[in-house]
Amino acid sequence: MKLPKAKPASPATRALEVVPPSGPTAWLTTFTAGAMTFLCVFALALSLASGRLATRWSEALAKTATIRLSAPVEQVQIQTDAILATLAITPGVASYRVIDDAETKKLLEPWFGPGLPVEALPIPRLIEVVEADQPYDSEGLRQRLTAEAPGAVLDDHTRWRRPLAEAASRIRLLGVLSIVLIGAAMAAMITLAARAALATNAEEIRVLRLVGAKDSYIARAFVRRFTLRTLAGAAVGAAAGLVGVAALPAADAAGGFLTGLGFSGTGWLWPFALPPLAAIVAFLATRRAAFQKLRELT
Amino acid sequence: MISFENVAYSYGGGELLSDVSLKLAPGSFHFLTGPSGAGKSTFLKLAYAELRPTSGRVTLFDNDVTKLSRDDVARARRRIGIVHQDCKFLDHMTLAANMALPFTVSDRESDAQDMDELLGWVGLKHLADALPPQMSGGERQRAALARAVIVDPDVILADEPTGNVDWEMSLRILTLLVELNKMGKTILVATHDLNLIRQAKAQIQARVLRIAKHRVQLAGADL
Repeated sequence: MKLPKAKPASPATRALEVVPPSGPTAWLTTFTAGAMTFLCVFALALSLASGRLATRWSEALAKTATIRLSAPVEQVQIQTDAILATLAITPGVASYRVIDDAETKKLLEPWFGPGLPVEALPIPRLIEVVEADQPYDSEGLRQRLTAEAPGAVLDDHTRWRRPLAEAASRIRLLGVLSIVLIGAAMAAMITLAARAALATNAEEIRVLRLVGAKDSYIARAFVRRFTLRTLAGAAVGAAAGLVGVAALPAADAAGGFLTGLGFSGTGWLWPFALPPLAAIVAFLATRRAAFQKLRELT
Repeated sequence: MISFENVAYSYGGGELLSDVSLKLAPGSFHFLTGPSGAGKSTFLKLAYAELRPTSGRVTLFDNDVTKLSRDDVARARRRIGIVHQDCKFLDHMTLAANMALPFTVSDRESDAQDMDELLGWVGLKHLADALPPQMSGGERQRAALARAVIVDPDVILADEPTGNVDWEMSLRILTLLVELNKMGKTILVATHDLNLIRQAKAQIQARVLRIAKHRVQLAGADL
């Protein structure tokens, strides 16, 4: 008489088999994991992009400063020379140039329209300063300028940079918070699903306990199942998210903040870390739920 | 094997068992009888650590039950074969796979030849591939017995093993239990079927425990 093999392949596979196949609701876990990972890709893109954008903007602003000189007409040239002389001997200044009247006119054009008689107006003289890699000491420069040219005001753009950096870091924080919340929501949903699965199989679990199965053995079957399901769902979700991000219009010179949303360089690796991370979350959530539920059941 | 020392067990309502002291010696054959609801199942559950005594001490293979962890209980159960009146199986697995379950859950291999012999012994060879829901009550009882003994346990605890089967099948199951006892297993059978006990006494030295007024007493030779 031929007996069916009581023992198929590996202990892990066998542990899977002692729990009856789960019904039509099994795909819900996969779907949840997929949807959550999809959202997570965008949250990730948002926080990476805002970080990048902030760095780009504040770098661009940090590299340059402006010295504004308001002085009586006869003093302008004297003080300008004094400023230029000071800049020439200030370490950390890469270059500097006086913005001439034509350029000043162009800068003001959007506000005052063409044909503005710049010469006739008490428009402050502007000097652009470009910072070297080793930045200059802006406080020191400011003091020297006050001494040499009383009408000069150094604007190193800190005023603009600070709120920008703050906004960017706030957005990044929101992004990270979203990711954490998405992860927690996924853990919660998987926990509920696992508890439901354990409750559905209470009878089978009782049988297994009766024949001497340890909790870890019973939990193994459930944990494996939910981890694999989550991994599969998260992989699909991450892939869909990546396609979505890749399909966004490329950032160009004219592009603003929105078109900058996406990944660049090593940032593209992050979404690939999501499915394993989701699987780890599922593993821990199911394991915790299983041991808790098992203590209730028997 | 299993011993009770001044054990009491009470549900929320009141005391079900009190002052129970007895020892199941290795190789002994005990019947446990008493009216329905007297606490036969509770007594058995105390014996396989499903329930813990509210007072007193239950010792399982020389270990105090209250000190056993869940894993210790699992390990102890591998030395105890348990048969219920309404025996439960994993309905999605074949009879053969169900019988191998005590091996499966302890990550051990079952011997195909042992399995074959065991199926022959309980007369279920032809049902090896059947799923439990397709089997009759008597077949399920015998399958449960086979599953209980497959890991070669030291003790077999049976709760109304003949509750759902006809007299002829009861006798077959009794014969199997008697054979196991002759092989040296300690056996405890809870039943309210006095005919079955009489039948057993004709074949073997069996003691009868009776639950009355919350106590478990050794019944006299008369029944």
